[in-house]
Amino acid sequence: MIRTAGLTKHFGRITAVEDVGLDVREGDIYGFLGANGSGKTTTVRMLLGLVLATSGTIELLGRPMPASGRDVLPLVGAMVEGPASYPQLSGRTNLALLDASGPGGDRATRAGRIDDALGQVGLDGVDKRPVRAYSLGMRQRLGLAAALLRRPRLLVLDEPTNGLDPQGIREIRQLLVDLNRDGTTVFLSSHLLAEIEQMCTRVGVLDRGRLVLQDQLEHLQRPTGRTVIRTPDVGAARALLDGHVEQEEGETIWVRADDPLALNAALVGADVRVLELAPERRTLEDVVLEAAEQSGDRR
Amino acid sequence: MIAVELRKLVLSRRTWVTILLIDALPTLVGILLAVTDIGPRPGTGPAFLSAVLTDGTLFPLAALGIVLPLFLPIAVAVTAGEAIAGEAQQGTLRYLLVRPVGRTRLLVAKLVSVMVFVVLTVLVVAATAYVLGALLLGSESVSTGATSVSGTGLSTQEMVLRTLLALAYAMLCMLGVAAIALFLSTVVRAPLSAALGTMGVLVASTLLLTLDAAHVLQPYLPTRYWLAFVDLFRDPILWRDVERGVLLQAAYVVVFLGAAWANFMTKDVTD
Ligand SMILES: Nc1ncnc2c1ncn2[C@@H]1O[C@H](COP(=O)(O)OP(=O)(O)OP(=O)(O)O)[C@@H](O)[C@H]1O
Ligand SMILES: [Mg+2]
Repeated sequence: MIRTAGLTKHFGRITAVEDVGLDVREGDIYGFLGANGSGKTTTVRMLLGLVLATSGTIELLGRPMPASGRDVLPLVGAMVEGPASYPQLSGRTNLALLDASGPGGDRATRAGRIDDALGQVGLDGVDKRPVRAYSLGMRQRLGLAAALLRRPRLLVLDEPTNGLDPQGIREIRQLLVDLNRDGTTVFLSSHLLAEIEQMCTRVGVLDRGRLVLQDQLEHLQRPTGRTVIRTPDVGAARALLDGHVEQEEGETIWVRADDPLALNAALVGADVRVLELAPERRTLEDVVLEAAEQSGDRR
Repeated sequence: MIAVELRKLVLSRRTWVTILLIDALPTLVGILLAVTDIGPRPGTGPAFLSAVLTDGTLFPLAALGIVLPLFLPIAVAVTAGEAIAGEAQQGTLRYLLVRPVGRTRLLVAKLVSVMVFVVLTVLVVAATAYVLGALLLGSESVSTGATSVSGTGLSTQEMVLRTLLALAYAMLCMLGVAAIALFLSTVVRAPLSAALGTMGVLVASTLLLTLDAAHVLQPYLPTRYWLAFVDLFRDPILWRDVERGVLLQAAYVVVFLGAAWANFMTKDVTD
């Protein structure tokens, strides 16, 4: 769905994005991670033809961008760096105007599609108030509704949950997962690891303009080969598992063990009370920090 | 896209407030003339104003003569300066472009919308002035036809034709202003800067016209032939300045629209 090769952007002497090769596949929920200023928004803008790349190629839905923008972009819903609308007009009028400005927005179905999109983002109760009178979260939802208006095949969202309350974040996450299940590919940028970890299937990490990591989330979160145990009987456990305990912190110990099931049986058999026991997985945070560190070393 | 731009124009309260403000000055002048009965001496003051005390039907022309040199260009500079920079500042430009609206198409739509604004303003001003003139001002020569600036009589038909010509000429001058403002609007970040920049150009041009040392520049200044529309009401019509004005404005339009297009096509939209 999205494929870039050697994508590079210089702003004067600043290199915002360097040699990025994205590979987003149909059906993915792709999480695009990176610290502030790492180049996420610039990349998204290049994908959509807003910013012209210094060098490199972009393919969106199999077609070159920005050359095929007129054919491709009607199938793409986007939100870039926050929503925007005409403040003196109502949300509904804003959506209608935007829909009427470009190709692929059938007039006969417009009112229905606007209702659907507003419903999807939880703005169905919205009245005729001008957008000027909307709250931050309502504007964010309106921006999402605009992206969903033509039932796009690909959603490109730059920090879509900015400004939403926890309840709203949950709703939007659920909405994106539902849309994905119905066949929409989702590409979303964020610096919130937890958000990405909870819904993405594939992850790309940008560090100072370079793509330092791109893989399926489940590959990244593979088990480390250690088991984490929480127990009030730390001493007894340590005695039992002598030599395999790698780390200890209060009631928690980390044990090098291949088989957590056998480990649990052994502990219970020796009357060690176990509060929690689970194979340790690498967290996305570890993976990202590690990747960023390595790329830092390479420089 | 043009239809959408026009809807935005009509839906915007600013459009109507601006038109009302522009309309206020000639209305005030008309009322003052009617109440005091003191017109400017013939040959002084804005074009046609000296004649309206006797012939109120001329007041629409006089009203346009009042707004054309200053108010209308300012309004055009503000509206056209807003075109791209305003959308960019609001953040709506990026959503229009990914909708997608072609960049050329957007520029054309914006330009058309500005010109429709001009026509709308002119119509409102002319209509108010017509009503005002018919109600309050003199009605002596209604039957004998209007008088040309040269003092000879003009038939009503002739008068209508010349008025339309004058309006077309004024539109072209405003198109020149719009082209400059539109270009600046693709360059600067703030809409206000584009408007101020355009007004700066116009003020500088007007100033240089009064300066003898700027003699060599004067034929090329954008405001040089703005008032040549008065020549269309001489008998016979004095075409020389009008022709030069048309050529000059056409050159400004082509150069600045071309520059606006070239700049906007290759611009990174990062607002
Ligand atoms: N118009 C511009 N002119 C100059 N430099 C720019 C411009 N836009 C972005 N940059 C630079 O490019 C780099 C990447 O910026 P970008 O906005 O893509 O980061 P980001 O990953 O989206 O950050 P954030 O998480 O804060 O949104 C930054 O160093 C920024 O200063
Ligand atoms: Mg960003």
